[in-house]
Amino acid sequence: MSPTILAAMHTSGTEAALFWIFGPIAVLAALGVVFARNTVHAALMLGGVMLILALFYAAQDAPFLAFVQVIVYTGAVMMLFLFVLMLVGVDTKERLVETLRGQRLATVVAGLGFLLLLIAGIGNAAIRTSEGLANANYPTNAAGQIQSGGNIYQVAKLIFTRYVFAFEVTSALLITAALGAMVLAHRQRVMPRRTQYELMRERFVRGAHPTPLPGPGVYARHNAVDTPALLPDGSFSELSVPTRIRELSAEQGRRPVPSSLGSAAGSDRSSAEGDER
Amino acid sequence: MSPMFYLYLSAVLFTLGAVGVLLRRNAIVVFMCIELMLNAANLALVTFSRINGNLDGQIIAFFVMVVAAAEVVVGLAVIVAVFRTRRSASVDDVNLLKY
Repeated sequence: MSPTILAAMHTSGTEAALFWIFGPIAVLAALGVVFARNTVHAALMLGGVMLILALFYAAQDAPFLAFVQVIVYTGAVMMLFLFVLMLVGVDTKERLVETLRGQRLATVVAGLGFLLLLIAGIGNAAIRTSEGLANANYPTNAAGQIQSGGNIYQVAKLIFTRYVFAFEVTSALLITAALGAMVLAHRQRVMPRRTQYELMRERFVRGAHPTPLPGPGVYARHNAVDTPALLPDGSFSELSVPTRIRELSAEQGRRPVPSSLGSAAGSDRSSAEGDER
Repeated sequence: MSPMFYLYLSAVLFTLGAVGVLLRRNAIVVFMCIELMLNAANLALVTFSRINGNLDGQIIAFFVMVVAAAEVVVGLAVIVAVFRTRRSASVDDVNLLKY
């Protein structure tokens, strides 16, 4: 973005419009993070907040941080969150019992007090004018010529000169974090790995289904995975419907065996179909 | 538009994150609320950088992002390790040191 475009953006009401449209959305999404029952919803709301903040960084002359925000936060961090969510189990219910009595009320009171304190502090701060980053991003020489390629050049200049030591220490931090994660998430194998031969033996000794389970039934009028297969004797095979689908059908009040199917498929027809299988 | 509004927004987001840390019992959601607080602090830093007219605030926000990424990696590994031993991601279940 050239300085003139940036200046035009600040003099016009574009930034104010941007702020007043996306600011309230960010606050609503943050409320969603705190109060959403479903953890995945909370994670998505947090992703929304992060995207809106990236927009605000871009509006505040920080295009480098805007891109880093999108790549690092919404790209890497949120994906890691979702990954661990799926690993830990999305459907683990959060207990809503208060462990400490009166904790919720105290939290809300403390939160409101803290917010008031922060807002009063910001309001009291003697900030009258904003310098703007036009000079910092596009420094000029004595002749008045622009000497820089913009925000990213200037940020890079600072990182590799004044903050170069912090930058180098960061690399040590990242390596330590990667090693730490590997050590923490590593699981020592206590028992030797079971071979395929042992697994096969175990399955046959138990006597449970050495063959694949029967597939669900596919009929003229019912072509669905929750339709159980017909056995040669005319009965339905419960094994042919996956457990989760059976549970879902029960939850939704649908019986796994459609009654119309039982009457339509007569005993001789069903046995004929069974013979074909 | 005065950049003060960004500071107010940052204060609101930070408070919501803090309230979330205190209210929620699920360790992952607590962690997400910490991320929300870090993001709010970053917004304040970027706004300060603009108010003061130099880029140091943006650099600090950049380092905060790097540290946050490292922190997320280690924190989530801890959550996974705790989940393996307790079969639970609730912060209430991590109470062995209490007794």
